[in-house]
Amino acid sequence: MTRITVTVDGTSYSDEVEPRMLLVHYLREVVGKTGTVIGCDTSNCGACTVHLDGRSVKSCNVLAVQADGHEVTTIEGLSQNGELHPMQQAFHECHALQCGYCTPGMIMQAIDVLNDNPDPSEEEIRVGLEGNLCRCTGYHNIVRAVQQVAGQGETSGARS
Amino acid sequence: MTAVDDRPAGAAPEIGRDRRRKEDQRLITGRTKWTDNIVLPGMLHLAMVRSPVAHATISNIDVEEAKAASGVVAVITGADIKDTQGAIANAWPLSAEQKTPGHLPMAVDRVACTGEIVACVVARSAAEARDAAELVDVDYDELPAVFDAREAMKDTVLVHPDLGTNKSDFWKLDSAEAGTGGNVDEAIATARESGIVIEREYRNQRLIPAFMEPRSTVVDPTGEQITIWTATQIPHILRFLIAATTGISEAKIRVIAPDVGGGFGGKLQTTPEEFITLAAARRLGKPCKYTETRSETMVSCHHGRDQWQKLTLAATKDGAVTGLKVELLADLGAYAAILGGGVPVLGAWMFNAIYKFPAYQFNCQTVYTNKTWVDAYRGAGRPEATFGIERIMDELAAEVGVDPLEIREKNWITHEEFPFTSVAGMTYDSGNYEAATARAKELFGYDGLRREQQERRDRKDPVQLGIGVSTFTEMCGLAPSRILGALNYGAGGWEHAAIRMLATGKVEVVTGASAHGQGHETAWSQIVADRLGVAFEDVEVLHGDTLVAPRGLDTYGSRSLVLGGEALVRAADKVIEKAKPIAAHLLEANADDLEFMAGRFGVKGTDKGLTLGEIAMATWTSHVFPEDIEPIIDSEATFDANTFSFPHGTHLCAMEVDTETGASTMRAYVAVDDIGTVINPLIVAGQEHGGIVQGVAQALWEEAVFDENGTLVTGSFVDYTLPTAADTISYVTDHTTTPSTTNTLGTKGVGEAGTIASTPAVVNAIVDALRPMGVNDIVMPCTPERVWSAIQTAGSDTAGSTTDNAQPHFESGAANQDDPGSSAEGADR
Repeated sequence: MTRITVTVDGTSYSDEVEPRMLLVHYLREVVGKTGTVIGCDTSNCGACTVHLDGRSVKSCNVLAVQADGHEVTTIEGLSQNGELHPMQQAFHECHALQCGYCTPGMIMQAIDVLNDNPDPSEEEIRVGLEGNLCRCTGYHNIVRAVQQVAGQGETSGARS
Repeated sequence: MTAVDDRPAGAAPEIGRDRRRKEDQRLITGRTKWTDNIVLPGMLHLAMVRSPVAHATISNIDVEEAKAASGVVAVITGADIKDTQGAIANAWPLSAEQKTPGHLPMAVDRVACTGEIVACVVARSAAEARDAAELVDVDYDELPAVFDAREAMKDTVLVHPDLGTNKSDFWKLDSAEAGTGGNVDEAIATARESGIVIEREYRNQRLIPAFMEPRSTVVDPTGEQITIWTATQIPHILRFLIAATTGISEAKIRVIAPDVGGGFGGKLQTTPEEFITLAAARRLGKPCKYTETRSETMVSCHHGRDQWQKLTLAATKDGAVTGLKVELLADLGAYAAILGGGVPVLGAWMFNAIYKFPAYQFNCQTVYTNKTWVDAYRGAGRPEATFGIERIMDELAAEVGVDPLEIREKNWITHEEFPFTSVAGMTYDSGNYEAATARAKELFGYDGLRREQQERRDRKDPVQLGIGVSTFTEMCGLAPSRILGALNYGAGGWEHAAIRMLATGKVEVVTGASAHGQGHETAWSQIVADRLGVAFEDVEVLHGDTLVAPRGLDTYGSRSLVLGGEALVRAADKVIEKAKPIAAHLLEANADDLEFMAGRFGVKGTDKGLTLGEIAMATWTSHVFPEDIEPIIDSEATFDANTFSFPHGTHLCAMEVDTETGASTMRAYVAVDDIGTVINPLIVAGQEHGGIVQGVAQALWEEAVFDENGTLVTGSFVDYTLPTAADTISYVTDHTTTPSTTNTLGTKGVGEAGTIASTPAVVNAIVDALRPMGVNDIVMPCTPERVWSAIQTAGSDTAGSTTDNAQPHFESGAANQDDPGSSAEGADR
């Protein structure tokens, strides 16, 4: 077992973990951040995407020990003082989620896409989200939501 | 009269509004209750030991090392629970003669496909269980196995030796015998003499539903009642089948489907994993959890589609269809799953689609193979049928030499002809194919794209443009119990709703439908708000828990709105009916002098009145109450439809195909669907977008591929290529509306429409791009390799005359004669 100290959503945690433990298991099982979910076992789906020191990572692809001394933000730490993050609000407004399982990872990745490039083309948005799978929405309204936060396009996803 | 009519002028109706979803708040903030999030005191974790071989007897299982591992509480084998584990039921045998192998959750002495569970380890943590599962030593004596449906038809290798055959059942619908049309063989014979006969064999490949949330089950056996949380579409049916197959009293079983992360039919199953988790929890007396890995999902969640279709279309020389004969070979995999052979048989009423065929025959042979079992996947039987008919209608258009839309118009039911009884005996209540097609052409810029196509052909552009058409209908809203009974289906098709009028003025709606992403909480609130004249925000919808919503038949087959929505309307109407005499008493008025409008009973000609909320409070206190009236206005209703729901639409797809590389790129996609009255256009558009992509994925990317040992080689998201945002485009969706006449709201189903329609639209577009090069089919998924190969070999297909081109395997009685090991199956792609 190895002791790690990680800040998750603004709170500092210090825990003994197995060296093999993945960050996503640490978040879900040790810290209780069940808003972050697991969708696959091959790092393809991106459902577990969180921010590590402000950059998106698939938390199934990071060991908990690698997060030692770092800062993690999950979907649960996004809203501030009861205010939704603009990306959360846009997902709601644009109907960019249905079952909602991919949503935490998709929102975290979408924020990262705009952090990288505040004014992306549709193509750049789509490529930026390529590592996150959604089976419900066909991505159409997810793209609309990202465009809305970037200050582009319409708010309704009903018509393209 | 619809609810909308009841509202006063000025009050915006909720029905038709693009309300943002009530469900979203918890889902976008991570405040979710997925089954795998549930942790109970003393909870133990399961890991499954699965067969790596496709067919074998189990000669020995050595569990000692696993039992001794750290944290392991128990190792359970099939022998340990053989009499108590229950069974995986087939609820839809096609006939009393159907051969149905026994299907136990945990195999006891034989496995019939890879991934079957032979043991499970129960440990303090999931990691310890997984580690110890590796230590369970199973000896398999391998048996011969068969993986190709056509090979299985020969019965030389048996999937289940004790059945004596691989053939499960045969099902036929013949329009001449049923009295719904003419004799199809005569129509074909006549067409061979003086018309056109098109004969084609299409492959509808095996798919994996691939919902995003891996399945998970938590069973709490503590206390008197067993509580089961599970990632399912069918909590009510699971409860029934657990009781029916384990002997546990139904009243002692509570099934909860908490937040469920997608299903698409993939969670329309009672699974071995659910029964094994239950068996372990009962055996150990402790809460138990099992959550599958994605790799386990891929091999052990039921697969979909997997049909070989032989179609013979007879027509006059000018393209009027005179008959259609369908011969299906449907691969069930190793077992008859819950719907099993019923899925391909749903095609019986769908191959004739939107057309007026004078003669029709549908034949379906179901067969077992040593692969993962097959069941409903979004559309279930109807996408397969729609693919077949929409592909072959394009072939007819090519043969006649007219535009594919022209051949459809020549044969489709016109809007004046509704209600229309089809050659398969189904009565379509309403529709307007002309209107949907006209709107789709307009949005698509059909004529302009056709011109561009011609220009590219003329200049021999290496990137050719293809335009694909799909004019589909579907039957959904499973539904009428009477018809389901006639089809030997094991359950009814009704749906239930209850409305509780709370003293605080809030309205609690209980539905028997069980949503997993569809947005019922929002849409149901809109319906009730309009019907009762209460605020959208004051309605709460409860579902997915057999204790809270004890009656229901769950969510699948695009049934929730057309059945559950109508149950809701009827329950609401009963609330108003019950409230009326109470209002009259409280207002000291004659009930006949009351009118109900905008949620309030008013005395005609006065400003006196009471709102439903005030009546609910007065009923709760019952201080001033008529003596002869029961103090309750809560109501419930169960609705069973007379018929199915028949949405339709026209989908148009433009594909650019690089003839040098075989790569195809979608350029435009327009979907105009007629789904009757739309409750929430935002939710509908979402269903359409997602549905379209799942159908496009079948056309272009997805296939469950097994190797020669029966191992699933597309067993993870690395190999089973789900579309990403970068693979897809934005879609244009719109509606035309002919309200359904079978329910008060005029709604039709929408959940499966996009998936049903889009697959043939895409393949038709690719074939259309390449038809001048002599290509008339490409096996799905249309990978660049397959497209390129089709271009390379197209010259060898001397498709001059259709009668000359009849495949030899169409000879009567012969099985499909393509070499099973050849290109089409894709095992070596």
